Order: sequence, then structure tokens, then C-alpha cells
Amino acid sequence: MSGFRGRDVLSIRDLSRADIELVLRTAKKMVPIALGKRRSRALEGKILSALFYEPSTRTRLSFESAMARLGGRVLGFSSADGTSVQKGETLADTIRMVEAYGDAIVLRHPQEGAARLAAEFTEKPVINAGDGAGQHPTQTLLDLYTIWDEKGRIEGENVALVGDLKYGRTVHSLAYALADLGAHLTFVSPPTLEMPPEILEHVKERGISYRMSHRLEDVVREADVLYVTRIQKERFPDPQEYEKVAGSYRIDSALLREAKRDLAIMHPLPRVTEIAAEVDRTRHATYFKQAFNGVPVRMALLDLILGGAE
Amino acid sequence: MKEIRVTPIRNGTVIDHIPAGMALKVLKILGIGDSVASTVTVAMHVPSQAMGWKDIVKVEDRELGAREIDKIALIAPTATVNVIRNYNVAEKRRVTLPDRAVGILRCANPNCISNVREPIESEFVVRSKSPLRVVCKYCERELEDIVAHIL
Repeated sequence: MSGFRGRDVLSIRDLSRADIELVLRTAKKMVPIALGKRRSRALEGKILSALFYEPSTRTRLSFESAMARLGGRVLGFSSADGTSVQKGETLADTIRMVEAYGDAIVLRHPQEGAARLAAEFTEKPVINAGDGAGQHPTQTLLDLYTIWDEKGRIEGENVALVGDLKYGRTVHSLAYALADLGAHLTFVSPPTLEMPPEILEHVKERGISYRMSHRLEDVVREADVLYVTRIQKERFPDPQEYEKVAGSYRIDSALLREAKRDLAIMHPLPRVTEIAAEVDRTRHATYFKQAFNGVPVRMALLDLILGGAE
Repeated sequence: MKEIRVTPIRNGTVIDHIPAGMALKVLKILGIGDSVASTVTVAMHVPSQAMGWKDIVKVEDRELGAREIDKIALIAPTATVNVIRNYNVAEKRRVTLPDRAVGILRCANPNCISNVREPIESEFVVRSKSPLRVVCKYCERELEDIVAHIL
């Protein structure tokens, strides 16, 4: 028993391997309910306070869907406009006030560390739904779930993380967790957007072998999973340089000719040009399923924290 | 014969065994600038049996608070703090680096929640003492230039 009830989920690093495995197994059981094929009243009478200080379509809607599928309710706001925040209220005060209105708080905030601060000012469990460029543990959990569900395991799988590995927060948390769970990692990025040294250090400490590459063509043959992220234009002072780099990390049918038959291509979405539309029709396209997986994974987490899923 | 380079003080604090070259940083931590009422004596690059070379700072008529001692520990982990009362060493303390540095460092990340108007103190987890490495409890980023971010 890992004791999820009433617990905060602020960073993926707060969760042990056993915790993560429990979330994945619980999420699997939630799928029929998430699809509307079965009904549940597990969280009837429970209220989730969703404080979204910045817009986030997928995360907010999937939390709302997760809560509704389990018979609970959600209140909150989806932007700081028109709230007491605009009058200069501190986050600490908002949290102390909101504590009285629900059973758990889910927080999306533009500043790093906001969720940890929030957790210090309430006894109610706080779930971090993204704090600036910091942590987004429910995204990591749904990424892990997708790999586990597609492949049947995580340990020993060859996972290649592709794109902006320097600034992308999803790939940082995912790399940490995958190293803890024993996946083989390959980091594919332009030379200026390589994985930060502290993450490479962590992977090494876990005794996990990893590879670094600047060329997608070099890794596509070996990969079981390609986790693709967007390379942002703002990272390049020269627009021509951006076009050149972005073009060389594009997934299309030609590239996939070399790939394993069961290669799964993932993307946290929204995508721009990193994955060609023609890939959507292939067996490799896993990104829309990945987006759906946000619902059962968040259901699992909410049920473990608020209900009696354990 | 031992040469006395720095005269004894009646009341105050002697910070000894500061790594050579760090004395001016200690002065910065103690907020010693132009408007100090008492005498401050600094000895730099003094021979030391234990350390080879060391710096010493003496501040008259002032005893240090726990926070100040924690700050000194960040840049001079070998230092000893002697409290002098009536020419005698009333207390002798080795500075110790705490496991958590609370309220003594500012996070370098401008987008960290600890840098906005919230009712909290900054807090860093000491990940390694030698070399000193600290990580912000809130944004989880490692602080690069520690000395420049002492509050």
C-alpha cells in the first residue's frame, strides 16, 4: 500500500516506482469508465477545485472529464481574468480561501514552484497541472501509461526523445521517470538544444545506458517509441536556421520506412509541422490515443487521492 | 616568536579560518560597508598550520545571529566563530552548513514563485557540501552563482 489518499502530486520525482506502477494499473481499470461504457460513482459528492491561472485546453478538460466520469464535480476558473488574482491577491491567500470549497485542488500556474507553495498553505491534496517551465506530473504519468499500455512494459524499451530537449519540460520529467523505470534512452536534438547535463547525470546515476544523436535517421531503426516534441522558432535567432533544423526533425513516411513495425510515435500536442499528416494514418500514430489517456490516468490519480481505489 | 598581526578585541566576534581570499565576501554577508559604527579588522592571507593560508575578520561590539552564521557557512565552511566578551573567548563555534538554507539565498530564476510577493521565505536544499551545490525547493533549479545570490 503506497498511501495515496490525501497526498499531493507536485513533481513526478515525488512518486516512487511502486506509486507510478499503481497509477498505471489503476488507470487501465478506468478505461471502460473513461469511454462511457461503464458508470462509476466512486467520487460522488466530491468536489475538485480547478485553478487554471493560464489556459490549457487538454489538461483542464481531461481533469473535468475525469472527475465527471467518476461522479464528482469541478469548480474553478480557466484564466486569471476577472478573479481576485487581478486585484493583487497572493496565491497563498487564494489557496487558503479555496481550501474551504472543495476536497482537492488542481493548479495550473505560470510560475515555477507555484504548486509546491500552494501545498504549504492547505491541508487538502494539491495536484500540479503545470507550473511555468517546471513540473507537469500528470502529463508524465499519461506519457508513461501510453508507453506501458502500448508496449506491455517500460523496462528495456528503447525510447527516443526527439526535438527541443533543452527547454521542453515534458521531456525532462519523462526522462527522469523513464530512467527510474529502466527504459533505454536516446536523446535526439539539434546541438544547441541538447538535454541538460543534470538530467544526463541522473540517468547515469540510475545505471541506465543512453545515447545522444543529432540525426533522427540514425535512431529510427532501433526505436520502440519516438517521443516527438516541438522545436520553437523563438529558440533560433536566425529564421533560416530554424527552418533548416526543424525540417531535419520532421517525421514522415519516408523516414518511417526504416522503422520497426510496432514503433509507437508519441507527441504531447499541439503539433505544428514535426509530424506530417500522412503519419496519422499509419499504425505508428499514437498521439491521439495518448491525449485520450489523459482521462483514465487523471481518473486513477483522483480516485487514489480522493476515493478508495487502493 | 609568534608575531601578533591583529590586536585582541574587548567585545565582539572573531571569524577565523576563513578560506584565503573569502574575507571580503564575509564582510559583504555581514553588511559591513561605509556606515559601520564599530571597528572592523580584516587580515588576509595569514599563514595557518591547518589550512596553509587563511583570512580572519574581527568585528567589534557585535555578535552574529544564526542566519548570519549560516550565510558564512555557505562561502566559508571551514570558518570558526569566536564570541569575545571582555577579552575572553566566551563561545567558540564551528560554522555548519545546514541541510536546508532558509531565507539566506535568493533564487536566480526570475520566474520562480519564491521571487514574487508571497508570504514565504526562500529555501534551498543542500545537495552537496563539497563542492557546494544547492537546489531551490520551489522551482527545483540548481543555483549557479551562490555567492552572488546571498540575501
